[in-house]
Amino acid sequence: MSEINNGQSETRVIEAGPPLWLLAEITYACPLHCAYCSNPLNLTDKKDEIGTEDWLRVLSEARDMGAVQLGFSGGEPLLRKDLEQMVAHASELGFYTNLITSGIGMTEKRIAALKDAGLDHIQLSFQAANAEANDLIGNRRHSFAQKLEVAKLIKQYEYPMVLNFCLTAQNIDQIDDVLALATELDADFVELATVQYYGWAYVNRDQLLPSKATLEAAEAKVNAFRDKQNGKGPKFIFVSPDYYEDRPKACMNGWGSTFLTVTPDGSALPCHSAKILPMTFPNVKDRSLQDIWYQDFSFNKFRGYDWMPSPCRDCDEKEKDFGGCRCQAYMLTGDMYQADPVCSKSPHHHTIEAAIESAAKQHDKSVILRDPKNKIDIVTV
Amino acid sequence: MSQVPKRNRLYKLQFEKAQDSYVLLYPEGMVKLNPSAAEILLQVDGEQSVDDIIMSLKTKFPEAPDDIGDDITAFLSDAESKDWIHYV
Repeated sequence: MSEINNGQSETRVIEAGPPLWLLAEITYACPLHCAYCSNPLNLTDKKDEIGTEDWLRVLSEARDMGAVQLGFSGGEPLLRKDLEQMVAHASELGFYTNLITSGIGMTEKRIAALKDAGLDHIQLSFQAANAEANDLIGNRRHSFAQKLEVAKLIKQYEYPMVLNFCLTAQNIDQIDDVLALATELDADFVELATVQYYGWAYVNRDQLLPSKATLEAAEAKVNAFRDKQNGKGPKFIFVSPDYYEDRPKACMNGWGSTFLTVTPDGSALPCHSAKILPMTFPNVKDRSLQDIWYQDFSFNKFRGYDWMPSPCRDCDEKEKDFGGCRCQAYMLTGDMYQADPVCSKSPHHHTIEAAIESAAKQHDKSVILRDPKNKIDIVTV
Repeated sequence: MSQVPKRNRLYKLQFEKAQDSYVLLYPEGMVKLNPSAAEILLQVDGEQSVDDIIMSLKTKFPEAPDDIGDDITAFLSDAESKDWIHYV
């Protein structure tokens, strides 16, 4: 949502604008086991998921506050049987509704029901552009074939279709096939997103992080392809990994400025990774969204600029990037107040350089799949 | 100009109370429109030609300057380059 700008970039602590973007992570359950999954290591059990009534109330409260974009995500949102009911309610409230799905579990009956419910757009993820690599990365047989069927259904039912390819060292050299497949499927937009290292992906960072050379080669191929498109076909959006930048991303457009995530158990977060931080976050079962967004300590904590230590405090770019990502600062330095180490001004920038070096030395690129059987201890620093 | 512009179905036009303005909504994104852009896009219905739209807006806003047609065609050209509209 790069074009959202609520026009209130001056320091504000309590006078936050409305949460324009609500991400409803309705379940963590997922038929895929991607090694680059950005969800937390510890996932909520299905029995702790909040129910339909709570979700319908959350949607109403968010819309009353001015939220307009709504993403149904997870996990795999299709695993909730009440998805259609939530979409219908959201649509009636005037949300622009996005379904962010792996496609697994989608049927013609459901896609038609979702259309009737008023769903505006479907974003379909692919793990690679061919069956072998796709099914291996997601660790599910026949998933590629199912995704192709879902892509056809999305077009047949006249939804705008966004395809999302997560790029890693494992598939980035197949970018030509990705461009061809997306064109053949007649996607409207295609996100070519280099994986970011949160949650489970952080565990596999050495294996997933592509080298700078392969990344630049891939981006050059995308640019060349785009030049030949003559304004026709899918719009390709290439997202570089911030590890190769020297300034951090303006994470979440600023903490508590635009984005609000509600997780399957009802926790309200300023971003979907924030639960790793050593703070307590509120729950929508206990309080209204209005109260949480404007009053809760956690949402106000990194609003504005007063919380910043140096070098951010004295930096003339702080209004551009807000000091970067709090989660990344915490994961790499152990201190969530620090500048995002991606920034070359950060005293911890060497942690990024070390990660790149470590990935380059890792010749065995086999990954640890996201699977309940693969127990991982939480590593933060 | 007898060309007939049509809105791209990818972009949903609606009024947002919280923004006090019309917006265009598309997958995971939003463009906030200024009042004149909104008035023009509201006229784009796939039936009226550019000339019809200029006439409609002149009728609706009689106090507007005479050269309002130039602003309207300039905006429509910009909107086409942004893919918000295309010509039937």
